[in-house]
Amino acid sequence: MGISVSHISKSYKTVKALQDISFDVKPNELFGLIGPDGAGKTTLFRILTTLLFPDEGTAKVAGFDVVADYKEIRKSVGYMPGKFSLYQDLTVEENLNFFATIFGTTIEENYDLIKDIYIQIEPFKDRRAGKLSGGMKQKLALSCALIHKPKVLFLDEPTTGVDPVSRKEFWEMLKRLQQKGITILVSTPYMDEAALCDRVALIQDGKILQIDTPEAIVKHYPKPIYNVRSTDMYQLITSLKAYEYNHSVYPFGEFVHYTDSRADFNPDDLRAYLESIDLFDTQIEKTEATIEDTFMELAK
Amino acid sequence: MSTSKVIQVEGLTKMFGDFAAVDAISFEVEKGEIFGFLGANGAGKTTAMKMLIGISNPTSGKATVAGFDVYTQAEDIKKNIGYMSQKFALYDDLTVKENITFFGGIYGLSRKRIKEKSDALIQELELENVASQLVGSLPLGWKQKLSFSVSLIHNPKIVFLDEPTGGVDPITRRQFWEMIYKAANQGTTVFVTTHYMDEAEYCDRVSIMVNGKIEALDTPKKLKDQFKADTMNDVFLKLARG
Repeated sequence: MGISVSHISKSYKTVKALQDISFDVKPNELFGLIGPDGAGKTTLFRILTTLLFPDEGTAKVAGFDVVADYKEIRKSVGYMPGKFSLYQDLTVEENLNFFATIFGTTIEENYDLIKDIYIQIEPFKDRRAGKLSGGMKQKLALSCALIHKPKVLFLDEPTTGVDPVSRKEFWEMLKRLQQKGITILVSTPYMDEAALCDRVALIQDGKILQIDTPEAIVKHYPKPIYNVRSTDMYQLITSLKAYEYNHSVYPFGEFVHYTDSRADFNPDDLRAYLESIDLFDTQIEKTEATIEDTFMELAK
Repeated sequence: MSTSKVIQVEGLTKMFGDFAAVDAISFEVEKGEIFGFLGANGAGKTTAMKMLIGISNPTSGKATVAGFDVYTQAEDIKKNIGYMSQKFALYDDLTVKENITFFGGIYGLSRKRIKEKSDALIQELELENVASQLVGSLPLGWKQKLSFSVSLIHNPKIVFLDEPTGGVDPITRRQFWEMIYKAANQGTTVFVTTHYMDEAEYCDRVSIMVNGKIEALDTPKKLKDQFKADTMNDVFLKLARG
């Protein structure tokens, strides 16, 4: 009851939105599609939810083919699009009732599944959806996507523009839904959310860069990474970029992540170089790669 | 007034009826500083920022921005600051050059100066090949970098960035931060709001608003020490969740 994507391509005029995409999501897996705007995440979601035909390739969702068995898929999946798509001038309860009815069920029948989430917005059930705050809209949209008890749940950037507190709550909700046996495909531009998934696909410009568990992705980073720090960040970045042996130089908050092109790199050489151009207060320490480091290395 | 303080805020308050959206906040921002302004959705960030950029009158309290009073000199503030947000930035149906010319004109630059700025900017951002294309056709990352450069076109003392980097890829995001460092290095003060907590770590100092009040304000390093947290994300969660 998972997802299987095989050699999917899709173009819009001259833009190749997806290029030969293949991956599998196992039953009951929480799988993340991690990439920036324009990577092709939404196009892929629209193909998998039968709203768009692929140009090439095949895909199955919950055992059904996305083209031949589209009616079955529509009954079996829940889809929360990136853009809020509920009826703004229906109330919270009316929206939920509407979605339950078109799927031939009732709020009561599947209340157990949405209870944890819906209970938080139930005090506002008579409020129009258009008048809800961002966090409440998100919870209502998720409730509506779940009300027919789908086998597979598609969430397109559910946490974009949401503050860290609401993001954390949202991921806790996803974990609970996973425990109830639902397969989840979720997309996000936030690299740090990758760690919350069982497995992730890193995607950019319509191509998958890598698929693995978050742990394996950072473990396979090819080079030692160093945190370099100085009180004058701008000077530090400029100097590191001018250093002939640099392999990559990326600002990372209060540090710069530096990798060297030499196999036998000695941090003392770098320190000597920085001192030679009057940067004396630098600290250089080895650090662990993050998902973002890997993403940037692959996208380079 | 000290000339190194580019923003001075004392007891600034905005009421909507009985509700204090911004509740007596006080802080100062230094020249050339990168100041992060964080808070959960609804914490009052946008309301506070609107007062600072001169488009909303405070209910009470004091604030000067670039040396001008927010109550009586709002028009001077607008001339001396830059502003960029992800939602409102450039005109999609004007070309790259037309956008630069338009914003240069709005800020009262001479034709000659606009021409110079426009050429320099296009060269710096490596946009030569797309200078006559509509901005709407450019990738998001290019738009954001152009938008930031345009917000600096009149050499403002401060630039306000409202969630500037949403959705772009990590490499472009870093190029954007390098531009921010460069501007700050040249003496422009940068006031930035963001939902990316890892970005808070790029700032010299960070304030966190909770329910209309500033509950924390310090360097990222000191905030992490103070809240015994490994990341700014953890600091934020501890504060906002109580």
